[in-house]
Amino acid sequence: MPILLSVLKIGFIVVLLSIKALTAEAAIDVYDFNTPEQEKRFQTLTEELRCPKCQNQTLADSNADISKDLKARIYTLMSEGKSDEEITDYLVERYGDFVRYRPPVNPLTLLLWFGPLVLFLSTAFILLWRLRRMTKTPPEDTPTDATRLHDVIRQYSDHTPQ
Amino acid sequence: MNQKKTWLYLLPLLVFVVLGALLLNSLGKDPQLLPSAKIGKSLPNFKLPVLGEEGSFISAEQLKGQVFMLNVWATWCPSCRIEHPVLNQLAAEGVIIYGLNYKDTPDDALNYLQTLGNPYKKVISDTRGDLGLDLGVYGAPETYLVDANGIIIYRHVGVVTQENWLSTLKPLLEQSRHTGTDERGKK
Repeated sequence: MPILLSVLKIGFIVVLLSIKALTAEAAIDVYDFNTPEQEKRFQTLTEELRCPKCQNQTLADSNADISKDLKARIYTLMSEGKSDEEITDYLVERYGDFVRYRPPVNPLTLLLWFGPLVLFLSTAFILLWRLRRMTKTPPEDTPTDATRLHDVIRQYSDHTPQ
Repeated sequence: MNQKKTWLYLLPLLVFVVLGALLLNSLGKDPQLLPSAKIGKSLPNFKLPVLGEEGSFISAEQLKGQVFMLNVWATWCPSCRIEHPVLNQLAAEGVIIYGLNYKDTPDDALNYLQTLGNPYKKVISDTRGDLGLDLGVYGAPETYLVDANGIIIYRHVGVVTQENWLSTLKPLLEQSRHTGTDERGKK
């Protein structure tokens, strides 16, 4: 009985392992590259392009059908000798600027590109302006305050019976 | 001086209101809906087999001269089954619908049409998804409106329902049918 159990156990583990091996194999698209540079290019490209379906993933990360198709297309275009720009343009022509993780500068994306800079500069400007005013004004105010204080003290001391 | 200060104190409120308006504006929108890069452009060139017609091919050129809907569908797409009855009804009303059978097996597709009815004038069989990729399809169903010059005038992502047909698709189709062959296609 214990022997049967352990045989079953081993069989179960073997089945599990083979399933795991199968899925692991299915998840990786294999592309052959002639040079390591080409492979690097492919990786950089697919990491800078966005999957249109699964919107927070790069093509490299994503296993959606559409990403697989697009990766296959990028691979084909690369083997046809297309440059990175040509490939990016090819995809933008079809899927719009959305596929780029690095959007181009145009009227629509001005706010996106320069908004943070404008916000930073205006905050810095206001802060500097306030700080300068703060450091400037006290010297003007203090003497008056001091004299007023002086007056009050004198007044007070005048009224104290001796 | 005092007035200037009040204005300064109101500034954060103003910023808040503007930001709030921007966010509110986007609140109801579906972030999955992408603008199509193909609006106003010609249908991509293709020459693909016609589903169910052995040895016959169809090209973009052959589709010119009519205002039609191009419906991207597949048997693996559950939402396509939902919109299918609506398409059947539209076809019965005389709307020209072409099908783009996207990344599918022809046998499955033919079976599907046999059981659920065939609203399509012709079905383009795009088994590898090449035309889909050229169109910028990122899921099924998608429906494109194409005018007589072969220019894409609209893309609808998701299920075609009676409501969005009446509110969006139908007016657009009628409008481009009335303008007919205008200058847009001649450049």
